[in-house]
Amino acid sequence: MASSITTMTKIHIPTPLRQYAGKQPAVEVKAGTVAEALSGLVSQHPDLQRHLYTDDGKLRSFVNVYLNDEDVRYLQKEATVVKDGDSISIVPSIAGGL
Amino acid sequence: MVYMLKMGGQNYEALRQHGEETYPHECCGVLLGQMDGESRIVSSVARCGNTRTDSPQNRYHIDPRELIRIQREGRERGEDIVGFYHSHPDHPARWSATDLAEAHWFGCSYVITSVEKGKAAITNSFELMGSDEGEKSLLDEKIDVAPSET
Repeated sequence: MASSITTMTKIHIPTPLRQYAGKQPAVEVKAGTVAEALSGLVSQHPDLQRHLYTDDGKLRSFVNVYLNDEDVRYLQKEATVVKDGDSISIVPSIAGGL
Repeated sequence: MVYMLKMGGQNYEALRQHGEETYPHECCGVLLGQMDGESRIVSSVARCGNTRTDSPQNRYHIDPRELIRIQREGRERGEDIVGFYHSHPDHPARWSATDLAEAHWFGCSYVITSVEKGKAAITNSFELMGSDEGEKSLLDEKIDVAPSET
């Protein structure tokens, strides 16, 4: 359900995705939820779609989305409400091993 | 075209020493600095914890919350994330199938140090090439280490 209250939210773009976001380190969108914010981001920069989402529209498993310092998976996922002053960070996983 | 990672001697030794300190477990951390065309210039390194406490001798993972903090602090200094480093205890400083499968920061450097019997041996760097998961590769790149200031 879309939130009725929207606010300007800053989304921090990780280095590898900036080339698809007009080379910007951050993008401001008007949104009431994380879902609306990401949708707004992709609307502004459609090339981000395939890097953030699978073909069936799910966030890629290695794409972590944080609202401030909280992983949205442990909040209300993409339905998480964003408030004035909140920021969203897109953080691809960093892992590996021998 | 020469792909290169540039850093000062102190930062280079710091990431190698980290691997010695965590041996026989893998260490991991973040490289911060600036992109410079096809090269990356490192101005600081940030140690991270390895959340793979289930298998730290052959796996590493950086907590995204730690990365967000490092990224924020770097932003305040005018630095970007330009790469990551980790160690291979008693294993060559070459990327593995796991390293490639888990690499998603295109255009960034992945630095690997082999730590043999507790001593840092070889340090190599690789740039993650490609633009999507279906066609990515890790390409050897030169590390240009400036002498440490005395």
